[in-house]
Amino acid sequence: MSYNSIVLVKQVPDTRAVTGEVMTAEGTMNRAALPAIFNPEDLNALEMALQVRDQHGGTVTVLSMGPLQAAEVLRESLYRGADRVILLSDRKFAGADTQATSYSLAKAIQKIGAFDMVFCGRQAIDGDTAQVGPQTAEKLGVPQITYAESIVSLADGEVVVQRAFDLGTELVKCKLPCLLTVTGSANQPRPPSARKRIEYKLAAIPTEYPKLLEKHTEFGSAEALDQYLAEHHLKIEQWTTANLDVDESQLGLAGSPTQVYKVNYVVLESTESKDIAPTPEGIRALIEELIKEYIVG
Amino acid sequence: MPENFFLDNPDLQYRFTQVDLREVVDIKEKGSPRHETYPTAPRNYDDAKDNYRLILEVLGGIAATVIAPRAAEADEEGAQFHDGQVSYAAATQAALQALKQAELMGVMLPSEYGGLNLPETVYAAMVEIISRAEAGLMTIFGLQEIAATINEFGDEAMKARILPRFGRGEVAGAMVLTEPDAGSDLGSIQTRAVLDEATGKWHLTGVKRFITNGAADIQLVLARSEEGSSDARGLSLFLIEKDETVRIRRIENKMGLHASPTCEIQYNHTPAELIGKRRFGLLRYTWSLMNGARLAVSAQAIGIAEAAYREAYNYASERCQFGKPIRELPAVARMLLSMRGEIEAARALIYETGKWVDRLKAYEQAAAEGTATDPDLRQKQKQAATLAEMLTPLVKYYATEMGNRVCYKAMQVHGGVGYMREFNVERHFRDIRVTNIYEGTSQLQIVAALGKLMGRALDPLLDEWAALDYAAEIEPLRVRLLEGTNLFRQAGDSLKTRERDLIDYYAADLMDMATVVVNGWLLLQDGRTDPRKAELAHVYLAEHLPRLQAAGQAILAADAAPLQARQTILAA
Repeated sequence: MSYNSIVLVKQVPDTRAVTGEVMTAEGTMNRAALPAIFNPEDLNALEMALQVRDQHGGTVTVLSMGPLQAAEVLRESLYRGADRVILLSDRKFAGADTQATSYSLAKAIQKIGAFDMVFCGRQAIDGDTAQVGPQTAEKLGVPQITYAESIVSLADGEVVVQRAFDLGTELVKCKLPCLLTVTGSANQPRPPSARKRIEYKLAAIPTEYPKLLEKHTEFGSAEALDQYLAEHHLKIEQWTTANLDVDESQLGLAGSPTQVYKVNYVVLESTESKDIAPTPEGIRALIEELIKEYIVG
Repeated sequence: MPENFFLDNPDLQYRFTQVDLREVVDIKEKGSPRHETYPTAPRNYDDAKDNYRLILEVLGGIAATVIAPRAAEADEEGAQFHDGQVSYAAATQAALQALKQAELMGVMLPSEYGGLNLPETVYAAMVEIISRAEAGLMTIFGLQEIAATINEFGDEAMKARILPRFGRGEVAGAMVLTEPDAGSDLGSIQTRAVLDEATGKWHLTGVKRFITNGAADIQLVLARSEEGSSDARGLSLFLIEKDETVRIRRIENKMGLHASPTCEIQYNHTPAELIGKRRFGLLRYTWSLMNGARLAVSAQAIGIAEAAYREAYNYASERCQFGKPIRELPAVARMLLSMRGEIEAARALIYETGKWVDRLKAYEQAAAEGTATDPDLRQKQKQAATLAEMLTPLVKYYATEMGNRVCYKAMQVHGGVGYMREFNVERHFRDIRVTNIYEGTSQLQIVAALGKLMGRALDPLLDEWAALDYAAEIEPLRVRLLEGTNLFRQAGDSLKTRERDLIDYYAADLMDMATVVVNGWLLLQDGRTDPRKAELAHVYLAEHLPRLQAAGQAILAADAAPLQARQTILAA
């Protein structure tokens, strides 16, 4: 039995590299000052999908919604073994919150067609909402398993998944098709393959042609390059709103109920500390103080 | 923490950019029409170079993020031996898994066997990157040379059966030469190969020792096929696939390279296949296999030296004494500069060597395929053969001795903490030590190079380099180097006239002179277009030209007294 998977991935600014220069006076982020990377937990999601394919057969389709630069994470997906990649990009998608994003993604998934599992990273490191996966599942009308740590078994139209929490794990059984959000501790994402890196190095969307032509002068013209890429299955599929059956009022900024009211700088600093004796008395004193301060209880 | 061992190394990238492999790629890729059949085959030379760069980038990423962070763990746990079975450390297994996932195993092989048809020069860069991350892993990765040897000398059926398995990274190889009583003197090998005349099948019986990665699935074994013979002409090379007749008796408890299992193997009537022709085992095939391995070990030494240098530089930048980072103290700066100069010199030398080795292989391939249209092919092949044979022992000698000097100084820069196991430099110091011992000791490299050195085999290269245009700023350096070059020639001519023992006694001095002269010209050439390299050449020559002069004087004087005194002094 083989399984067809769809993986949702996002290109994000590398928030691990945030410095003073990256933050604007208004408290928003200057994205251009940060390197764009593959959202880390989306790599775990891709890895889980690739492992399903390696063990059971089937296909892995990777879908990303974002600006044209997001073609890069799709190439990264091809280097790691994705069978098909699709870029969902249109100005009309811009400014989308999780509601509008999941609406658009769900529409694109429906266009891709039948699937057994959708894999997403648990959350993206830029927004940290962890909402897009669950909302997409709702819109697709399929069950969701969040915080997936590993697939314990996959057979007879059912998947058993171990979910991870701070305090333990949980096994859940679910009928296919379903959607999983995958945690960063689920697996060690595979490195890109050197051979696929070579095979797919020209994989591109048309806006990237000028840059490719600069480096690979032998193609001469955009038309010649386009023809070569088409013949060698190296054109990254690009979908716009025109390719989808969508209600435009639900897209982008217009379709987003979330409004950012204000951004606060929060500076965490501890000015004082106290030692608590590691004895029953010391701990009792601490608990009493926490109750008195209305911190617990 | 660096994220890529190729992208964070400007000198390695510089070498890679400089090296001209156009002719090699043209011949190897047969003019590049194969792209339509093999999606990874290049479309042209620039495309090939770009592909090689991508391979090094992928490997550099894995080396920095997967392999290096667990190198200390791989060393600590080491390869294990239980109940006749050899296993790798967990960190080594994870490293191999990543290399396999990245489809980097078997990349040397031609495309038809699932490889990427890589030149030796690129392979040397790969070995350096791996070794910088974890030197012990290199012996497992580096044994891809086994597959290359099968490709070169095996018959078509053997190649079709074995090589795709290497290409998919399913099997590892081992080169099985050494025996308890046959180390440097391989001609005295005892392991017997017996031909069953009725079935036409060979079987091996005997014991091999110090076999790197000896539990490998595919082994190339040197054995005595001619009964009654006692020298190299009675030896043939065999391929065996490890089965129950192959018993691993133990693995060695080594000073370094702990992740790499060094095995003692017993063959008990093990089925074997002859590679190529009988009696050519040592003289032709093993010699070729060892030359490839010598280049790999040179790259390994450069990788370890690079790692040790970086540890020393970082430590010297952070450690403050007398109110400043110690790297600012002239005595420490001297050590760091010496290390940097030698590492970049060795890298220049290995790329020059790799270029000639690649050219030789390409010309041989063109000649064998009979497709060559170049009327000068024979002549070019001869020149490439001479230089490859000359430069291979030279780089093996220089890079591994250099690596030892660098690791010694790197520990010295650390002071007391460098002697502690918590610091990586302690591991590098242990790992580097074998590089000038295995795959032929430094003393054997001198023997291999000596005839050609005294026969002035380097002259065409040296003349060509000296005749180039050098800017006025580096002219004084050129003049000094030319003087050194003339002294080297004079010393070689003089040594040639001495008696055999005296020649062998002073041969090491001539070898040292040769390394300074060749490295000096290589670095000075870089200085023609790169101001930093001009300064580096100065740093290198300021240290090494006086040593060249001292070695020259020793050879010209050829004082026989030390050699004559060996009985009275040593036996006392």
